[in-house]
Amino acid sequence: MGRLSTLRALCLTIVICGAATRGLAQDTTFRQGVQLSLRYAPGTRPGIVVLPISGEFGDSMRAILQRDLDYGDRVTIIPTDVPTAAAAAASDGSTINYPLFAKLGAVGIVQVTWASAAIARVAVHNVAQGKIERTQDFPLGGDPKVPDGVPDWRLSVHAVADEMEQWITGIRGIAATRIVYSSGGRIWQIDSDGAVAIPLTPVSMAMSPAWHPRGSFVAYSAMGGSGNWQVLLRETGGASRVLNTTPGGQNITPVFSPDGSTLVYSHARELGNDLYAVNPFAPDAVRKVTVGRGSDNMSPTFSPDGRQLAFTSNRTGRPEVYISDADGTNAEPLTLGQYSDQSYNSNPDWSPDGRAIAYQSQIAGRFQVISMGLRDRSPKRLTSDGINEDPSWAPDSRHIVFTSNRTGVQQLFVLDVESGRTRQLTHSGAKVRTGDWSSYLKR
Amino acid sequence: MTSRAQRLLVLGILVVAVVSACRKKQPEVAPQPVANTPPETCDQRCRDSIRAADERRRADSIANAERLAKEARDRAVAGLRATLAEKVFFEYDQSMLTDEARAALDRKLTVLKANAGLRLRISGHADERGSDEYNIALGQRRAVAVKRYLMDQGIDGGRLDVVSFGEEQPAVQGGTEEAFAKNRRAEFEITAGGETLTAPR
Repeated sequence: MGRLSTLRALCLTIVICGAATRGLAQDTTFRQGVQLSLRYAPGTRPGIVVLPISGEFGDSMRAILQRDLDYGDRVTIIPTDVPTAAAAAASDGSTINYPLFAKLGAVGIVQVTWASAAIARVAVHNVAQGKIERTQDFPLGGDPKVPDGVPDWRLSVHAVADEMEQWITGIRGIAATRIVYSSGGRIWQIDSDGAVAIPLTPVSMAMSPAWHPRGSFVAYSAMGGSGNWQVLLRETGGASRVLNTTPGGQNITPVFSPDGSTLVYSHARELGNDLYAVNPFAPDAVRKVTVGRGSDNMSPTFSPDGRQLAFTSNRTGRPEVYISDADGTNAEPLTLGQYSDQSYNSNPDWSPDGRAIAYQSQIAGRFQVISMGLRDRSPKRLTSDGINEDPSWAPDSRHIVFTSNRTGVQQLFVLDVESGRTRQLTHSGAKVRTGDWSSYLKR
Repeated sequence: MTSRAQRLLVLGILVVAVVSACRKKQPEVAPQPVANTPPETCDQRCRDSIRAADERRRADSIANAERLAKEARDRAVAGLRATLAEKVFFEYDQSMLTDEARAALDRKLTVLKANAGLRLRISGHADERGSDEYNIALGQRRAVAVKRYLMDQGIDGGRLDVVSFGEEQPAVQGGTEEAFAKNRRAEFEITAGGETLTAPR
């Protein structure tokens, strides 16, 4: 921990010294040389080199690590081609030409060697001090040689990247996570870097998937044979089963509580959707949460402490986002016509740090993603290009996945709220909807 | 009575008979095939052949009459089905029935009342502008509004199922107001009693 602090302090020192000569403007774009800013984070992105990795899948692992660190938006990956890296570091990593890396703008170097065939030995070098800051062995799961083994192998590489980001910046990355979404009537999952899209369900008009906080289940709603919307639970690697409290009527938009013991969903026997809570893993009585008196209440999201809910309700005539206690009491509007008289605010998602709620708001007839700070109730518009819907926070409360039609057919995009940097996550021919970002699936 | 008078009397009777025959409308009967009289030289085989031909003609004639009757029935049933299938449309983010929607539902009412075994599935739909999830509830709200109207007019609610497709099954593709208007709708599907539809009296 002490050595780690040294590296962080070093980054900070370089940053502050640099700021004096480069001015105060934040700069998140890469340039040769040290990245400069007044603040360590956010806005500053120390330069990092990931050395080439030996072995059959070394190139793949290096590409994943570089991409993950880049997508974390907290470091700048210095693109180093293999000859340059070879000139600066011996292939076995025994000698490192620190001055050369310093000249390239690197503050740290990530070096992966092999303790055994499936155990990666990862070292982070402090370029300024010319020494290794920290080394750790990471057993890799899965098997990149067989298709079925690729997802677990990639997840374990993502977990290495997250740990590297933690070592370098003090904040864990978000790579070892997945996003579930609906497309073509099925529920899919995709890695946080946009690779390995896998369908989880058969075609059944499925939508609104939601992760269990431990990643062991995905709940979603789908239309059953009789035309009723049901809530289903799919165990990771297993089959789906219908939640037995949802045999009739309309049952949509499930979400797990932060401790994973409660499922809240929207149910309408006929007219008027209300939120209901149930323990989905044991015989349990269903508890009614909202008293909508014929209005529609849906799309719930828990506060991270599990004590409150935010949800969409049209109890005043138009869809708005409300906050209530987890038992439905003390409901109050969070949004009310902020952008027009014909307001339409829906699909809230509470940030994991509890500080903000993201939702979609119709502005000039088009949905845009808004983040509402809860301390001062100040809305911040996050999107403007195309129609943007269904925000879901990453575990770092800094990135958001949402849907957008900005490039044509609606796809998932990831936005870094700090820098505004946006990347397209899915590249499907079909419309992609209702994404939900998991918590950490591997540490 | 003279022979002239007798002739006049006969003529008068004939005129009355003809006029009377013209006034009386003959009941419509299926055309009867004319039986052939076998010639005297016709042997048994010949007579069998003629009888078979007569029977075929009779059968064809009956089949033709039945076909015409069935076509007439089918046309009537198709008309009833079209009345039942007629969509009703809604305003943006609304589930309130418009006057046009009520008129369309009133036309269905007469068919529903004349066919006690008839069951309908009412599906509510939304245009693509709302949120996917909210639109599922909105579609439900529209389907239920239709169901409740029909129930208020005396139809047993057990004969009417409701389902919502939200914005999942647009009737018309496109992002124009015209397309949106056609997609904000309730549709009707016969789930029982469709085979024995009878027209309202």
